[in-house]
Amino acid sequence: MLNRSFHLEIRTPEQSVYEADVTSVSAPGVEGNFQILAGHIPFLTALEVGEIRIRESSDTPQLMATSGGVFEVLRTGVTVLVETAEWASEIDVARAESALERAQAQLTTNAPDLNRPRAEAALARAQNRIKVASNL
Amino acid sequence: MKPNKCKRELRDPIVKKMATLREIRRRIVSIQNIEQVTDAMRVVAAARLRRAQENINATRPYADKLNTILGHLISQMDTENQALTHPLLETREVKHVCIISVSADRGLCGSFNSNVIRTTTQRMEHYQESGADVTLLCIGRRSQEHFNRRGYDITDAYVNIFRQLEFQTAVDVVHEFEHLYTEKKIDKVEVIYNNFKSAILQTVLVEQLLPLEPEIPEGDELFLDYIYEPGQVELFEMLLGKHLNMQMWKVLLDSNAAEQAARMAAMENATQKAKELIDELILQRNRARQTQITTEISEIVSGAAALEG
Repeated sequence: MLNRSFHLEIRTPEQSVYEADVTSVSAPGVEGNFQILAGHIPFLTALEVGEIRIRESSDTPQLMATSGGVFEVLRTGVTVLVETAEWASEIDVARAESALERAQAQLTTNAPDLNRPRAEAALARAQNRIKVASNL
Repeated sequence: MKPNKCKRELRDPIVKKMATLREIRRRIVSIQNIEQVTDAMRVVAAARLRRAQENINATRPYADKLNTILGHLISQMDTENQALTHPLLETREVKHVCIISVSADRGLCGSFNSNVIRTTTQRMEHYQESGADVTLLCIGRRSQEHFNRRGYDITDAYVNIFRQLEFQTAVDVVHEFEHLYTEKKIDKVEVIYNNFKSAILQTVLVEQLLPLEPEIPEGDELFLDYIYEPGQVELFEMLLGKHLNMQMWKVLLDSNAAEQAARMAAMENATQKAKELIDELILQRNRARQTQITTEISEIVSGAAALEG
């Protein structure tokens, strides 16, 4: 009962990034982080910027940074649709840091044509990528 | 001095012949070079086409699932008599249109770019005649350069994106017109691009991106209902945005595949034409060579005859 597994698929518009049987997955829902185990009832939720944590068996979890999407639980398995998904080990920290600086610079200049929500979203994404990469 | 001069006079017609012969040889070499280049471009385009097709296929799992979930939400909301209202679904009187013209970054792909540009011009004239303002958004260097040179007012342009296509580009483009639409600065968004039907057939399509016209799917009765978090409406709104990004992404991928297919066909034609031209020139060269030899022999013969004389 404890280590029952279920099917998990993570898809992005560019490719299917992950497909395997796992025992648990946790993800950043809009109403807080949650964890799914086998036998969960059908569930549909929006995801925020954050980290997806996959556990295939009892060993160490695999981490992935995402910029948000949708998470679907069916009786047959879990499908995660996200616009970006990056394995923690593949994150280019230098790039994330330069994106972070760029977003911060944009937000502090406060130019009249500044697209505030967009810059803030970029900031959150960059912060998340750095955080996930450092959690490795 | 004298015999020398005589010699030159005698040779003059031959010198001329030799020039044409050399000329023909040079042309053959240069066309062979062109043939090599066009053939190499064909091979490159074929490889890129294969990759572009793979990219299209790679979106399918995501797109299918997204459509299923969206369709399910729509059918759920319909049955609960919640009118589908969303800023992106709102149809308004068309006073201001945004046209997105998707061309390639490079040429040498047959009528690929000119088709898109022609259709774009027609659509713009069509809207201007009906009294609507047109905002132009160019994707691809070719259409940007074309409309820029002719003094059109281009709101924004995305160039050199096809080399390394990224989903983020589609998101950026969508972002560009989405807020104009929700702020009611534009009432309709159309995209004009080359649709990839097959490796030999590409057609220019005009598609309406906004207002969105979601397809109501067949009722999927086997579907279990979910627990929703947050509510259905919020999820629906979020998914519509994702759906729009996906539409734009598909357009970019399609156009990219169509471009490579068009270039492959164009380069194959060019290689074929070069081959034909070379064949013809070889014929000419042989003829010229034969004439030259004949002239030389007859000269020798007549020279010998004169000596014997």
